Amino acid sequence: MGAVAAGLKFAPGTVLAAEEKKLNFYNWDTYIGETTLDDFKAASGIEVSMDLFADNDELFAKLKGGNPGYDVIVPTNDFVERMITAGMLSPLDPALIPNISNIDPTFRDAAFDPGRKYSLPYMWGTIGVGYRKSRIEGVPDDWKWVLDSDRYAGKTALMGDGTTMIQMAMKYLGYPLNETEPARIRQAEELLIRQKPNVKVFADDNGQDLLLSGEVDICMEWNGDILQVMEEDDDIGYVVPRQGGLLWQDCLCIPTGAPHAENAHAFINFILGADAGAAIADFIQYATPNAAARKLLSAEYNSNPAIFPPQETIEKCEVATYNGAEYTRAVDEAWTRIMAA
Amino acid sequence: MESWRKNPRPFWLFAVPPSFWLLVFFLVPLALVWVLSFGEKVGLLDVVITWQPDNYMRALDPLYLQIFAKSFWFAGLTTAVCLVIGFAVAIAITFAPARRRGLLLMLVMLPFWTNLLIRTYALIAVFRSKGFVNAGLEHLWQWANGLLTLVGLGELQLLGAQFEPLQLLYNNFAVVAGLVYVHLPFMVLPLYAALDRMDRSYIEASLDLGAGQIRTFFSVIIPLAMPGIFSGVIITFVPALGSFLTPDLLGGTDSQMIANVIERQFKSANDWPFGAALSFILMYITFFAIALRALWAGKRRRGSLA
Repeated sequence: MGAVAAGLKFAPGTVLAAEEKKLNFYNWDTYIGETTLDDFKAASGIEVSMDLFADNDELFAKLKGGNPGYDVIVPTNDFVERMITAGMLSPLDPALIPNISNIDPTFRDAAFDPGRKYSLPYMWGTIGVGYRKSRIEGVPDDWKWVLDSDRYAGKTALMGDGTTMIQMAMKYLGYPLNETEPARIRQAEELLIRQKPNVKVFADDNGQDLLLSGEVDICMEWNGDILQVMEEDDDIGYVVPRQGGLLWQDCLCIPTGAPHAENAHAFINFILGADAGAAIADFIQYATPNAAARKLLSAEYNSNPAIFPPQETIEKCEVATYNGAEYTRAVDEAWTRIMAA
Repeated sequence: MESWRKNPRPFWLFAVPPSFWLLVFFLVPLALVWVLSFGEKVGLLDVVITWQPDNYMRALDPLYLQIFAKSFWFAGLTTAVCLVIGFAVAIAITFAPARRRGLLLMLVMLPFWTNLLIRTYALIAVFRSKGFVNAGLEHLWQWANGLLTLVGLGELQLLGAQFEPLQLLYNNFAVVAGLVYVHLPFMVLPLYAALDRMDRSYIEASLDLGAGQIRTFFSVIIPLAMPGIFSGVIITFVPALGSFLTPDLLGGTDSQMIANVIERQFKSANDWPFGAALSFILMYITFFAIALRALWAGKRRRGSLA
């Protein structure tokens, strides 16, 4: 098969793909199946080269001045919205992606991309509380334990991203996640400044390592990160607090100016296939929106509450939206004050 | 100094490539950032250059001044600690046997072969609650406690009921320790260069004429090493002032330095003009420090001529 693919590579312009058999994929770290890229190459002859970004800001900054040559990118929902607003994404052609039919109906439309013109769901998840069971009383299913309490003083890690922190504080205060009212942003700021003496560190996406190494006993983190350390240590648990939290969705998109747009459609279709989708979800242990893939996966995966939280909790979770430049500046200034306080 | 006029071709051959490099990869980008600092963000992607000093005025808000002050304090403390340690190291290398000096200098430079990020992560492994320092201390504690139990004092729990790890990470101590660790070679090398050039007969003369070791150190060695001290202080202080990785990874909840704010302007805050203005304020401060050094050097030269 590999030899055939290699042979095809040099065949001049086949009917389906007049493009060279190449694809540049810009993805998060450890966020694809072990053999997905090789499987895709075997199936299509297209060679994928993958670059990694650490966060959405890096992705956005890299593409802001023009697409440096990426064909498929994986932004999170609010950045999908930002990039649509900025004209940085190119519309998808559903005719080239028949596997859209595999997607769970609840994910076929999205408030941040009405009609799914520019994005298709890749993985979804939540932000919640990771904790060391033996050091925490009961299940810490309330944001109070990390945001407004000294019970775990010096043993608490929060997240280092200002926007996320303000949004979680909003959920604890009983406001909508995307609250933009300046007085309420001020209120969230005061809450976090008050909590600071109890916080050991605002972790830069490594709360799970701090939890695993015993540096902290409780932390706010992305569910997938906690899941990865739960596999190494049975004493670690994850819960989405009762107030609900942030529901995120990473999406497959084609940036404007992608040099291999046809290959990109083929790649997205491949990933949304049942087998490839199942292999990826099984390896990275995130929640897949791919209903056909879920049917192939174990009951252990499908019923894991850290991957798929209970329905009543999910209903209280909200998706972050792009709230405009004024909000971005207000939140950044609030965060600078919190960090300087 | 006239030779390049007589022989211009080799001069241009050597001067053009670095000048080109400096222009294209340093001065032009720097000029772009400077222009950007007079801009205003419009929408998500565009910046309009207004030539108004709004971003600089915003940077004068007490909030940012306070963060500048904190960065100065961290960088200053780092430089002071580096100077004390670096001087000792540089003197030790200077007075070491000649055949060892190369090896010792190599040891000072060795950390540069490893990426800064890796070295910083290594420090985390050293400092954390269950890291090397605390593991070593816990070992000592167990040993001492065992000894106390052996002599019949175990009941008193003189060393506490159990070992309490030192909190070495995620605080301002960790930031300064990390900055000292990273910047020490910048201090040692110019100090060594200055001390190595020093005429040893001055030290002998000082000791022969009755000055003690300490007096000799402060009245002879330090004044002779002054140019090295100045260079070392500047090339330690300037990068320390602009650090963002060290406070980010080792710092606690109040270790934010100005470069962390600048980084956020280019990323999550998406406000490049303000980030550019903050960067240029840092740059002006650096220029000012270098100008002071030039002024001081000029004065010294005039002083010695008189």
